[in-house]
Amino acid sequence: MEIPYSIEEREDTGLINSKLGIWIFLASEVMLFGGLFSAYIFLRIAAPPGDFEYWASKLSVPMATVNTMVLISSSVSMVMAWASLKLKDFSKYKMYMGITLLCSALFMVIKYFEYTSKFSHDIFPSTSNFMAIYFTLTGLHGLHILGGVIVMLYFYLPISHKLWEEQPEHFTNRIEALGLYWHFVDLVWIFLFPVLYLL
Amino acid sequence: MSNDHSKESIQEHIRVYLMVFGALAVLTVITVLASFIEVSTSEGIFLALIIASVKASLVAGYFMHLITEKGMIISILLLTVFFFFIMIFLPLISYTDSAGTHVPWVDGQ
Repeated sequence: MEIPYSIEEREDTGLINSKLGIWIFLASEVMLFGGLFSAYIFLRIAAPPGDFEYWASKLSVPMATVNTMVLISSSVSMVMAWASLKLKDFSKYKMYMGITLLCSALFMVIKYFEYTSKFSHDIFPSTSNFMAIYFTLTGLHGLHILGGVIVMLYFYLPISHKLWEEQPEHFTNRIEALGLYWHFVDLVWIFLFPVLYLL
Repeated sequence: MSNDHSKESIQEHIRVYLMVFGALAVLTVITVLASFIEVSTSEGIFLALIIASVKASLVAGYFMHLITEKGMIISILLLTVFFFFIMIFLPLISYTDSAGTHVPWVDGQ
């Protein structure tokens, strides 16, 4: 069955369905992370003076800074992958999508070392309120990275060439929707980084 | 994104993406350096959130193409931002609300 309005825009919305759908999904994601940021504010207000600063000092700022750069790089390579499809250059798309995948894998590896370093020092989510919200926020963000990687892998595997050959415009629109999701994941990290590691 | 998807237009977009990438990298370094400045906690929070907001605006505006996006998307996002701030600030109002607590001068003590 043909999915309607996956290439041409709907008259009433002026948008293709996938774009409208992904933006509505991202709006719900704003509320999800917003609720957790609100929880962070409350925990911080209620915490004894210096408590959040003490536990934040246990985190690795250099690792988080590298991760920020890695995620920003992945965002650029993702938008470049989409631009390559617009220029009808599939081999460049594969290259940029590969870079995005590598960056996301690197992000997860750094996160793994961060987590295991905490666990080896007997620091767990139950250790303090700060650590509880730290593991919740970064864990949820990590799950979003993982979800993005699964979709990116699908669009990187050999089947992607078949999809591109059959319906290039539809394929480009799907990568645009994936890109919007990926930039949102980057955007969340942009706020998580100073809030958890630097304040 | 705007409907102008000519080759020249896309190449111009690529140039902008690379400039935004540079700006984001510089702002990340500034965020880290700013955390070493001796300021009060509230000033530190304000500074960090201002820089993060500028970075987020660059990502949303250019990578997510919001600056040229259709009105329907903008409307959805404005509604989301409205409810986001309600969600953030409503609990804070309740936190500072003194209703139901003992107030001596009201009780005539």
